[in-house]
Amino acid sequence: MAQLEVLTDTTFDEAVGASDLPVVVDFWAEWCGPCRMVAPVLEQIAIEHAGKLRMAKVNVDDAPSVARRYDIMSIPTLIVFKDGVAKKRIVGAKGKGQMVDLLAEFL
Amino acid sequence: MSDVRDVIIVGSGPAGLTAAIYTARANLRPLVIEGELSSTGDQPGGQLMLTTEVENYPGFVDGIQGPDLMGSFRAQAAWFGAEYVTEKVTRVDFSSRPFVVEVGTTQYRARSIIVSTGARAKMIGLDDERRLLGYGVSTCATCDGFFFKETDIAVVGGGDSALEEAIFLTKFADKVTVVHRRDALRASKIMQERAFKNDKIEFLWNSEVVGLEGDKALTGALVRNVHTGETSTLAVSGLFVAIGHVPNTSLFVEQLDMDEAGYLLTGDGTRTNVEGVFAAGDVADHTYRQAITAAGTGCMAAIDAERWLEAQPHEADIKGTPADW
Repeated sequence: MAQLEVLTDTTFDEAVGASDLPVVVDFWAEWCGPCRMVAPVLEQIAIEHAGKLRMAKVNVDDAPSVARRYDIMSIPTLIVFKDGVAKKRIVGAKGKGQMVDLLAEFL
Repeated sequence: MSDVRDVIIVGSGPAGLTAAIYTARANLRPLVIEGELSSTGDQPGGQLMLTTEVENYPGFVDGIQGPDLMGSFRAQAAWFGAEYVTEKVTRVDFSSRPFVVEVGTTQYRARSIIVSTGARAKMIGLDDERRLLGYGVSTCATCDGFFFKETDIAVVGGGDSALEEAIFLTKFADKVTVVHRRDALRASKIMQERAFKNDKIEFLWNSEVVGLEGDKALTGALVRNVHTGETSTLAVSGLFVAIGHVPNTSLFVEQLDMDEAGYLLTGDGTRTNVEGVFAAGDVADHTYRQAITAAGTGCMAAIDAERWLEAQPHEADIKGTPADW
């Protein structure tokens, strides 16, 4: 399984802003059951759609300021960034089929 | 004919996975259709996936995290040969044999079925509830409590789960108001004592939430006193709903007998009205609703299914038996 790129308060802006591809950022935490379930789904999508988008994750415990900046109030929350701008927000765990449908416009 | 299994288990909380452990050890090659990911209570692993510390499951002196407990159940069943499909059942047909369980266009068939689809948290049913879900409205205190540090929030409900959430949320919030429709709690004595002792918890009795305020995120809840009819706004940035559960039984309407609330009816152990279909866990239990009782009935359903299967004539036996015996 591919490991998702880990972003922190210090690496977030550059990683998301400089990317040519859309970046899907998964806001998660160790203590969140649904987050742990959704992680393998994202890893699969990352492999299957490599070259079309980048998958990254932000641990809200380790990167509180990024989480606050994007008003994360529930996890898992996914935000899709294009050219550094938040384009879409997906709240709550979803199965792979549903997740791919929600990301279709970026694939 | 494609593969007909001995048993298919629909649902993968404590009931379904215990049934999987027992039927796998009985060499019945169970297929567990474990559900699809969500954050609302019908996800693989069941409601315990949305909890943190489980303190009342026997065997764990220091408690165990809900997702860890369910991870162990799942691994244990897999070790004995249970197979998993991580998708949601879309249709069942219990009117003919073998029984049919469909996941989209894929059809699975089995001689017996164990239904353990559980229950999920009820929502209040307000127009703005869906819109603000994830923006202040939450069905998962353990997932979202963290984001309400030093804020005022509310919990709706008066049972054990409402108080558990309220107490958990005091780790983060400045003030937690429990909004309850009656003037007394349904929750167990130990939870009531803990809640009453907690300085951060206040109670708003005889009250129900009738509206939500907030444009982009929740700013307040409109609360009505059920006796006087007076309404007022409770300024909160978070609202956690814990007003009970609904069984996940829409798949079985008109096929399995259920009570008025939708819970499956069982008799003589875990038998439903359809011979060969068994029910276990919260889907058939609105009284106890514990991980341990779900696991217990899951075990019962596995034994009931195994014995029922043994008593059925096998196709091969029928062919091999002389007619004049």
